[in-house]
Amino acid sequence: MACWGHGRNVVAEPLLSVKGLSKQFGGVVAADDLNLDVLPGEIHAVIGPNGAGKTTMLNLLSGQLKPDRGTIRFAGGDIARLSPAGRSHLGLARSFQITSIFRDFSVLDNVALAIQAHDGHGFRFWRPARGEERLRGPAARVLEQVGLGARSDMLAGNLAHGEQRQLEIAVALATRPRLLLLDEPMAGMGRDASDRMIEFLRSLKGEYAMLLVEHDMDAVFALADRITVLVYGRAIASGTPEEIRADRDVRDAYLGDDEAA
Amino acid sequence: MTFALVVEQTLNGVQLGILLFLLAAGLTLVFGIMDFVNLAHGSFYMVGAFFAATFAQWTGNFVAGVALALPATLAVGIVVELVAVRTLYARDHLDHVLATFGLVLFFNELVRLVWGPEGRSIRLPVVLDGSVDLPLGITYSIYRLVIIGAGLMVALGLYILVNRTRIGMLIRAGASNRTMVGALGINIKFLFTIIFGLGAALAGFAGMLVTPVTQAEIGMGEQILIVALVVIVIGGIGSIRGAFIAAIITGLIDTMGRSFLDVLLLTVMSSNAAEAAGPALSSMMIYILMAAVLFFRPQGLFPPRGV
Amino acid sequence: MRNAITSRRGIVTLAVFAVIASMPVLGPALGQPFYVDVFTRVMIWGIAAVSLNLILGYGGMISFGHAAYLGLAGYTIGIMSDAGIDNGFLQWPVALAVCGLAALVIGAICLRTRGLYFIMITLAFGQMIFFLGVSSDRYGSNDGLPIYSRSEFKLGGAELDLGNGTLFYYVTFVLLLASIYAVYRIVNSRFGMVIRGSKSNEARMNAIGVSTYRYKLTAFVIAGVMCGVAGVLMANFERFVSPDTMDWPQSGEMIFMVVLGGIGSLFGPVLGAAVFLLLSEFLSNIMESKNIIFGPFLILVVLFARGGVNGLLGSRAERRG
Ligand SMILES: Nc1ncnc2c1ncn2[C@@H]1O[C@H](COP(=O)(O)OP(=O)(O)O)[C@@H](O)[C@H]1O
Ligand SMILES: [Mg+2]
Repeated sequence: MACWGHGRNVVAEPLLSVKGLSKQFGGVVAADDLNLDVLPGEIHAVIGPNGAGKTTMLNLLSGQLKPDRGTIRFAGGDIARLSPAGRSHLGLARSFQITSIFRDFSVLDNVALAIQAHDGHGFRFWRPARGEERLRGPAARVLEQVGLGARSDMLAGNLAHGEQRQLEIAVALATRPRLLLLDEPMAGMGRDASDRMIEFLRSLKGEYAMLLVEHDMDAVFALADRITVLVYGRAIASGTPEEIRADRDVRDAYLGDDEAA
Repeated sequence: MTFALVVEQTLNGVQLGILLFLLAAGLTLVFGIMDFVNLAHGSFYMVGAFFAATFAQWTGNFVAGVALALPATLAVGIVVELVAVRTLYARDHLDHVLATFGLVLFFNELVRLVWGPEGRSIRLPVVLDGSVDLPLGITYSIYRLVIIGAGLMVALGLYILVNRTRIGMLIRAGASNRTMVGALGINIKFLFTIIFGLGAALAGFAGMLVTPVTQAEIGMGEQILIVALVVIVIGGIGSIRGAFIAAIITGLIDTMGRSFLDVLLLTVMSSNAAEAAGPALSSMMIYILMAAVLFFRPQGLFPPRGV
Repeated sequence: MRNAITSRRGIVTLAVFAVIASMPVLGPALGQPFYVDVFTRVMIWGIAAVSLNLILGYGGMISFGHAAYLGLAGYTIGIMSDAGIDNGFLQWPVALAVCGLAALVIGAICLRTRGLYFIMITLAFGQMIFFLGVSSDRYGSNDGLPIYSRSEFKLGGAELDLGNGTLFYYVTFVLLLASIYAVYRIVNSRFGMVIRGSKSNEARMNAIGVSTYRYKLTAFVIAGVMCGVAGVLMANFERFVSPDTMDWPQSGEMIFMVVLGGIGSLFGPVLGAAVFLLLSEFLSNIMESKNIIFGPFLILVVLFARGGVNGLLGSRAERRG
């Protein structure tokens, strides 16, 4: 922060810093000695073909899976052995590739539950939670922010697919994270909806750091400050969008196919 | 606690373990492959026993009775699968539990209607009825040795079936990856029916074996079913090998507990207290074992890969 | 439309409770005084089913050993009474504490497991407690333990005489209403939202920062204690407790009552208990082997009416729970 004379080129301490992260499933190497970091406020995108290990990486970071080897430093400490819930309380939030919401809850209840989770006091047995302005207010504001304000009372499972993806992000945002792990937030969306999602994520830029796994190349090049390319669990390249676009290996391994398709 | 008694109780424990394995094998396969909870598995044990009793009476020969009862139980299993169970695979575990609980009620009543409320017993052929002298001055019931032998042969047969044959390959593939078997273009419905029927026949076989020692009774399948559930939980759901090892361990612990626990307790407490605590503790031992195993390994001793 | 449906469900529920409330008058008036007994049982099983519904219907925990608490509470009453302690102010809290403690130990182990394992382990623990009853020679083993005097509630000069059938009936009725109200408050509280959330989507619950274990364990203990209330009442009503009270088919029937009434609905379990016990009473009056009907009936409910009575009273869309 206090680095006079360097103007904008401050070398900030990374918020997330992954070293030597490895995970095998039987014979499948899903994460192979991964090194990667995310700076505060940065959007770091991870791309790679299906089965490259992108979701596995997010599972390792959010605690759904335990790594075979490697360290995950987040906000100053090693979190590799922490439970998913513990990581959430340090400021990690994630969205899932396959929408993971409380389908039989109302849209507002989905978000209010996430607010509650970070408000503490889960062991209150008598007072109706739905009457608590302390939970409803912030939840309603998050829904406004993602553009689901008008859907508050609908059952989450009855939302359109694109709206469910929005709700997924809203639930993550409601935990007031420092780092968002997003697993293909545009998956299965039409052009319009994904454009809106891109705009929305752009509006969050700077406020939250993001590790963005995405297939949609337009989205990646529109949003990312840095891109890492994953193939067979290995990071084969990492750099600015321009560098990645220019990288021959990446074109061969990945971008070429994608553009042809 | 003489040496001969210890050996005899050990053999009894192995024999109980073998029976448990016959029940657990079918249960664990059906769990592992179809992800299906079958509380009515004990009903096949009971039905097998009644079939054997009736057929043995008709033919006048226990072995012939068993030979007829086996395909009959297999048929019952297949019919149950086709009529009721098949529609349930897609449902959740709660539905499985409830519907098969309904089957248990139904089968108990059906057996009562067909065979009456009285139990049925089987007379053993003379060659099997009696005891043999084992080394070290131990005598042991021939028939119980036959149970152990027959059970071991079935275990071996299952091992070969699962590990050496094409259907076994499918079973193993199904246990770790259900969609893959479907993708191989195998008629998965047929495979499920066969496995279910096979499991029923194995449970029935256990019932047939036990009938000459005890007798065929209504509700006989229920208590042993629960012990078999304990076995597959300890062994790891879906694992035949786990079921075998856990069955033997469970059989031994249960039998040894019942015969020797009060004697052991006497060494640490007064005889009154031991007399009171002994039976209670020994009947709870396998559950304590299960709790301990799960505490350290919530997936059982041998969780099948991919689960 | 929606209002009409809600009120249809509301009217039926209200009617059932009105019938229950007036049975001590209605039964003798209709010349069927034994209905008072039948409905006392309906209410006791109703409380048990309501307690199971808290963890099963709202928490998604398929406990197959819930009848254990009926037995534990009953045996506690029986054993204390056998030892000459008839004071209800002592008996009842001790019985409930025993249930709570047992639920704590059982839950602590079982809740480490998921899915099938959970079902089977709760079943196994239930049987373990069943065998504890069977092997207790001192307290009647298989034959059970008669309870010669009901719990005594004397305070100063006043006495609540549970020997009075009508009074006992209304004590049970009040406790039934109280347990429904308690579940209503609990499932709508912050705690309840966590419990329902972990049924709905446990991975999401973890990801938003909640370790569900402690919450589920707490719910498991609450349900155990609440079922203990049913057990205490049952022991006082039947004046008898035996291992059969907690044999596994009892746990299965309890699950069935919850599903029959409508899983995860507030009043459903009581409707389920009523339908179950009345149907079973009716069938055993007309035939010897009622289970030949009852078993397939159970299967048909599972296959075609998962929403239970509660669902059948609702809209078409709701019927498949
Ligand atoms: N839980 C798991 N068990 C076994 N294999 C897994 C598991 N999760 C992922 N894999 C395997 O790891 C590899 C990477 O998968 P994944 O991380 O989902 O890739 P991506 O998200 O990049 O498409 C794939 O080969 C996949 O089959
Ligand atoms: Mg993925």
